[in-house]
Amino acid sequence: MVAKRAKNILIGNPGTSLANKTGSWRVFMPVYDKTKCTACGMCSMMCPDGCVHGDKIKKYDPDYDYCKGCGVCAKVCPVKCITMKEEQK
Amino acid sequence: MTTQTAENVKLFNSGHTACAGCGLALAARLVLQATGPKVIVVNATGCLEVFTTRSPQTAWGIPWIHSLFENQAAVATGVEAALRALGRGDEARVIAWGGDGASADIGFGGISGMWERYDDVLYICYDNEAYMNTGIQRSGLTPFKGHTSTSPAGKVSLGNMKQKKNIPAIAVAHGLPYVATATVAYPKDLERKVKKAMEVRGPRYLQILVPCPLGWGHATSDTISMSKLAVETGLNPLFEYIDGKLATAMTVKQKPVEEYLKPQSRFKHLFRDAAGAEQIKLIQEIANSNFAKFKVEAVK
Repeated sequence: MVAKRAKNILIGNPGTSLANKTGSWRVFMPVYDKTKCTACGMCSMMCPDGCVHGDKIKKYDPDYDYCKGCGVCAKVCPVKCITMKEEQK
Repeated sequence: MTTQTAENVKLFNSGHTACAGCGLALAARLVLQATGPKVIVVNATGCLEVFTTRSPQTAWGIPWIHSLFENQAAVATGVEAALRALGRGDEARVIAWGGDGASADIGFGGISGMWERYDDVLYICYDNEAYMNTGIQRSGLTPFKGHTSTSPAGKVSLGNMKQKKNIPAIAVAHGLPYVATATVAYPKDLERKVKKAMEVRGPRYLQILVPCPLGWGHATSDTISMSKLAVETGLNPLFEYIDGKLATAMTVKQKPVEEYLKPQSRFKHLFRDAAGAEQIKLIQEIANSNFAKFKVEAVK
């Protein structure tokens, strides 16, 4: 059944877009300073790619596999603990 | 084809191909976080359809269907009728989703019909103020004097000559039980409005302003601040109409429209000469009339 569905190009399986590692688009990379982070969760809520994960204890980390480096998290962070650095690949 | 496990299937997944800093990708995630998994999304052609479903992949974790540019409302009506016919109307609610072009221009006849028939569908219009997906052409919701590829600013013209079409007012005129506007800079407000809309039965309309870094010409990191300034200048008032009456309107401190226009390259022609300055005065008048109309009184 699964193999049959995979052949049908008009029906996709849920969440298969995770195969696209959009992190390769990135020019600037957000670097999180966890000593300043207050774990408010603003970066996680405002990320257009939904790729910032974490909790109150571990604090927040972006998933660099999907982060496109837009810089929204650095701008909305109330304690300014995120800096955008040019990425050397 | 996929490396997906049961735990990491979310409602709206990463790996979609939206531009960096896309306000719409954020709005889509916030809306689905508010509705939960028991929804079926009917999507018109547009950015949302294109970037979430690069065939054969899909970013959606919920049932989703795409048909054409003009019939999202008709398809949503059919899905809702089918659920009722099968006696499964309580298992899922239907959301029809289209861009400003699909909602205000191409699909408008179908939407008006859906509202008239009083179908139980939440219609969400994501308003990025032009046909962004096909190369920034003017739509019915493009703002006054905005530059697009079909309303270019130059020697003869200073951008889009018409004002933004007032779709929420048209929705209220159809006698809808719930009409609201929202934007991504206020995620809690957006979440509250979606939840409230899902409590109501019957046709509902929600218009979400989503900044587009590519079409508006601002930095990708400014998505949230542009969305916030659109509200604070009064050009995109946030309000709610329940049963035809203005229920809530957002109270903000009014800012001059230049603060919103200046960082966007689609308005840069207005800052060149005296003719542009005249147009900025007209845009300020639009903002002032919005403030007066929705009683979003300036906080002193």
